[in-house]
Amino acid sequence: MIHTHLDADLAIEVIGLGKKYRIGGLIDRHRTLRDSLSATLRRGAQALRSYNNGEPRPARPHDFIWALRDVSFTVRRGEVLGVIGRNGAGKSTLLKVLTRITVPDEGYARIRGRVGSLLEVGTGFHLELTGRENTYLSGAVLGMRREEIDRKFDEIVEFAGVERFVDTPVKHYSTGMYLRLAFSVAAHLDPEILLVDEVLAVGDAEFQKKCLGKMSDVAGEGRTVLFVSHNMDAVRQLCHSALWLERGHLQQIGPTMGVIQAYLADTAQDRAGMVFPVMNEQYGIGFNDVRLALVPTQSGAHDLHLELEVLARQPIPRVGIGIELLTAMGARVAYLDERLTNFVFDMEAGINRFALECPAIDRLLAAGDYVINLWLTMANIDALVMLDRAVAVTIPGTDLYGTGLYVDVHKHGPVLLPLRVHRLEPALAHK
Amino acid sequence: MSGYGLTGRLKAAPGEQITLIQPLHGWIALNLREIWRYRELLFFFIWRDIKVRYKQTLLGASWAILQPVFTMVVFSVFFGRLAKIPSDGIPYPIFSYAGLLPWTFFAAGLTNGANSLVRDANLIKRVYFPRLITPLSAVVGGLPDLLLAFLVLIAMMIYYGLFPTLASVVWLPISLLLALATALGVGLWLAALHALYRDIRYVVPFLTQFWMYATPVVYPSSLLEDPWRTLYGLNPMVSVVEGFRWSLLGQSEPRVSMVLLSLAIASLLLVSGAYFFRRMEPHFADTL
Repeated sequence: MIHTHLDADLAIEVIGLGKKYRIGGLIDRHRTLRDSLSATLRRGAQALRSYNNGEPRPARPHDFIWALRDVSFTVRRGEVLGVIGRNGAGKSTLLKVLTRITVPDEGYARIRGRVGSLLEVGTGFHLELTGRENTYLSGAVLGMRREEIDRKFDEIVEFAGVERFVDTPVKHYSTGMYLRLAFSVAAHLDPEILLVDEVLAVGDAEFQKKCLGKMSDVAGEGRTVLFVSHNMDAVRQLCHSALWLERGHLQQIGPTMGVIQAYLADTAQDRAGMVFPVMNEQYGIGFNDVRLALVPTQSGAHDLHLELEVLARQPIPRVGIGIELLTAMGARVAYLDERLTNFVFDMEAGINRFALECPAIDRLLAAGDYVINLWLTMANIDALVMLDRAVAVTIPGTDLYGTGLYVDVHKHGPVLLPLRVHRLEPALAHK
Repeated sequence: MSGYGLTGRLKAAPGEQITLIQPLHGWIALNLREIWRYRELLFFFIWRDIKVRYKQTLLGASWAILQPVFTMVVFSVFFGRLAKIPSDGIPYPIFSYAGLLPWTFFAAGLTNGANSLVRDANLIKRVYFPRLITPLSAVVGGLPDLLLAFLVLIAMMIYYGLFPTLASVVWLPISLLLALATALGVGLWLAALHALYRDIRYVVPFLTQFWMYATPVVYPSSLLEDPWRTLYGLNPMVSVVEGFRWSLLGQSEPRVSMVLLSLAIASLLLVSGAYFFRRMEPHFADTL
């Protein structure tokens, strides 16, 4: 805590911020004493051997990666800043440092006022405790004083719509009720600065919408918001400015549209440069190739053909294939995980080939640019390998309403709805 | 503070809160003032632990009584009746029960403290608060159990007609504070190590078991001859159990030199544990 003079303009100041992770620490997080001891012994034996041979001590290998490096920026009070970038670019790490969950290794940040975040929904909840008890516990964990919770208690419960169940243990709540109460507690923290990580936000579409709604409310009240998202449309609509992180470095910061355009142009280029195979070496599995084609049909529509090659170093049972279709701006059109589709296969050693087809896709989707994310899963492992924006596809236009105009993804949304309107005869006299 | 003068543009109005986030290296100050600011959360954690502990149990809080009482019965039969271990002239049941109370409090505090960070990993990975609160609440949270079991001790004292003197009863809170400090000190060491090495889970039960036999719970320390009896104070729990027993039952007063030695060791454990914990703290969110 530092108390100095007045300069009312800034809410957040970040200078030279850096955060590194041990690579080993990331992979096997539950180290045991034995691992550490044997690593130390090995290192010691190595040093001893090279000393005996009169060689210099071997340099320690780079066992760190920088999740954030040299990141500097400021956020004015009342500004809504979007944080964009690929998976693993450091967006979530930045939020973790700013919420003090993790400690930076370089640089510093200063923050004015109370920080709340919607990445902590449900933090501190205990299944055995009642709604009332959890409200107090979670409120205290998020940084509310007891009298503040007393004051806001009725409001919190009402917003969540769980008045009748406040004295029921939350283990008897439905998932929806649980999330609503958890969200309601977080939403009533009334922080000066709100951090939102859309990537981490759990729950259904309605719940995500509630998060976004709360966010624009907070922004409307002139408070400061940092919004991490992959959804460029949401960033464009909500944010005054945007910050693009690339491999832990700040690539660009400025007015939202300019940053988004630069980012999208870069990801398009990046796709062309994707080098196969993309492997998870720990499990010996990955993508060997991905090809996409739009094949014209006799009816004048186009079928989507996606060919996948999965390379497995050894036979691996029950590997799931996940597909997500997004607009080029990053709005989700379809999210098909293996639980929904049961696209689960036993992989043989070598190259396993798959063909995915969607007939007449341009009769389903509006004209425009789309991208596809692909990933592989195994039991209990959600993302073995992730191909972010693996392929792009441009859907040709369809004159659905016979007006000579195509349905366009940017203007009209991604879905072709074959709506018809009929006039009901006769017209009725108005009394 | 002067180090930031060059770049610091963000300044606070009077009464405004500015949070400084910066790297933490080496030995970090304990920052007890911040823990004081978070005292409400400390109470909430203790309250949660107590509520949750007995929520799904059939017999609820009576476990806090049943556990030491049954252990006392077993000890009385095997060590008192069969092995005929001396008990300084006090009936063996109350002798062992008076030893079991501070011991159970200590062992539970040490175990809960050692497991506290791992148990609350989800919180620690998602929200900031002074991490010292976690083991602190786990250790202090054992006090209500001790209080309940104490009621039985009072009943036994009436039954056996053993009453403390005013002078000796002041040793009761001192003994308990010493037990608390020792449990917290060791708990802090183990909690921080547990975040890095999951072996600790398996070490703790052994540690408490061996430690109990090195503490005069089932036997009196008067079995030892003199230089050893003072050195016995190297184990702070010896002074705790002896002091607790003496303050209530009045037999075999502990030696001052032994108690001083125990106080020194407990302080050393507590201070080193707190600093070690703070030193490891920057890694918790990444290793848990």
